[in-house]
Amino acid sequence: MEIAPHEILDIEAIRRDFPILDQVVNGRQLVYFDNAATTQKPLPVLKALAGYYEGYNANIHRGIHALAEKATSAFELSRRAIQQFLNAAHVEEIIFTYGTTDGINLVAQTYGRRFLNTGDEIIITTMEHHSNIVPWQMLCEEKGCVLKVIPIDDNGDLILEEYEKLLSERTKFVSVVHVSNAMGIINPVKTIIEKAHAVGAKVLIDGAQASSHIDIDVQDLDTDFYVFSAHKLYGPTGMGALYGKRDVLDSMPPWRGGGEMIKEVTFEKTTYNDLPYKFEAGTPNIADVIATYTALEYINNLGKKNLAAYEHSLLEYATEALKDIEGLRIIGQGAEKISVVSFVIDGIHHQDTGVILDQQGIAVRTGHHCTQPLMRRFNITGTTRASFAVYNTKEEIDRLVQGLHRVRKMML
Amino acid sequence: MTINEKQDEIIEEFDLFDDQLDKTQYIIDLGKKLPPMPEQYQTDDNLIRGCQSKVWLHSEMQGTNVHFEADSEPTAQISKGLVSLLIRILSDEKPEAVASADLYFIDRIGLSSLVTSRRAGGLASMIQQMKQFATQQAAKNQTAAQSTL
Ligand SMILES: Cc1ncc(COP(=O)(O)O)c(C=O)c1O
Repeated sequence: MEIAPHEILDIEAIRRDFPILDQVVNGRQLVYFDNAATTQKPLPVLKALAGYYEGYNANIHRGIHALAEKATSAFELSRRAIQQFLNAAHVEEIIFTYGTTDGINLVAQTYGRRFLNTGDEIIITTMEHHSNIVPWQMLCEEKGCVLKVIPIDDNGDLILEEYEKLLSERTKFVSVVHVSNAMGIINPVKTIIEKAHAVGAKVLIDGAQASSHIDIDVQDLDTDFYVFSAHKLYGPTGMGALYGKRDVLDSMPPWRGGGEMIKEVTFEKTTYNDLPYKFEAGTPNIADVIATYTALEYINNLGKKNLAAYEHSLLEYATEALKDIEGLRIIGQGAEKISVVSFVIDGIHHQDTGVILDQQGIAVRTGHHCTQPLMRRFNITGTTRASFAVYNTKEEIDRLVQGLHRVRKMML
Repeated sequence: MTINEKQDEIIEEFDLFDDQLDKTQYIIDLGKKLPPMPEQYQTDDNLIRGCQSKVWLHSEMQGTNVHFEADSEPTAQISKGLVSLLIRILSDEKPEAVASADLYFIDRIGLSSLVTSRRAGGLASMIQQMKQFATQQAAKNQTAAQSTL
């Protein structure tokens, strides 16, 4: 008999790679369902971090000694791994950042400031994270551009006909989230990119939530920019990457000035370094970049398809199991979703739900999830969000359902 | 009863429960008993900043005592319960006593994480606003006392 894709992974063995999961919180075994905020880190990633500091801590690209060389090659190996992870055509198209937010700001402050002007339009969506709203608003304020927003329907899906109506020769940039952090909905980014290119606009895709769940191929998507954070894919915090098409990155001015990003400095004139270093001023986050290699290796070893299949089985199980809770309504019932369930319960404040779940050892996120405009669209102030990663189990989802029964019993 | 006697009474009540969930249940039940706040006090000016849920505080002098009324949006029941504890302890007391009150009950009822953390409804900002009002009133009393000397 053939094994179904979601049954290939040995979840018990995987859980042993995440010792943090094996702890008692408020008298109960921890259930960690806040993976969309940040995932836990497996032992190999922790070892890679410690291994760098223990064995070959050195500044990169500068020293000629052995440690510096070892650190530099590990650092650049990580760039190659990210190139493969995104299927980018060239390694210099990968710029290290501090995370998704940093990547979006980089693009807004360089591409945006250089190429956008008064009256130019930038399109985003109702479901953007604040980090894909505010940098564009700041740019609009400075340059007199206009922000346009693609609306969503009651399921949370983008209304593509409305997107088409927004597109015109004034559209210069489209910045869209690949997967909504508040709802888990997967957006049809390939279509969005195609239509943007048809009017000559450039596109950035915010892959913060997508990167750990779905296969990404920036060449197939034909996106101009793609950004993500390592801490959401089993890697360390303070580390992310910006992918940009080489010619587009080349056309952009540098952002931060300093060491590493220059070719030659004189007081009269400084010439800038080539890609990718032009955008990497100062000593980078070497340890976390190196450990990200290990995080990607961990994901690749498990197989992204297997991860996706298993997580999808958790999503289906949870969606069904939560029907048991009276008055519970899932926000974001779009057709295509990753393993996130975001919900409200009649008569119960999400904050109280979160507190009482926490008292039962269950970690979820409550509030607006940095998507206030989206909450306003649904006329709510926040939701309770449970987001699943590969180490989560159906038994844990049962705990959530029991926990929610308890919440209802206490409140009503 | 003094402010500290009221705190001690509350500590004793919470001592009856070992489990956090039971304590939280007790807080929710206390909240349900809090008399609703007159609608005219539910203004934006009276909103406590820094809460995930909406909480209003109205302060006034009644005779020589400060008097507080508070409420939360109906679904935020834990906030409402916590607020009702503060009202019980601090309302209808002399402004000097409120201004200098040491609210040790928070640590002692074993729910400090719930009370102090941001998620639990900005109770800290609530205490701050109550004390600020009391301090202003106490200062007025002092000025008045000095001018009659
Ligand atoms: C969709 C989305 N975009 C952007 C971000 C910001 O990521 P970071 O805080 O790692 O920069 C997040 C993280 O919560 C997110 O979920």
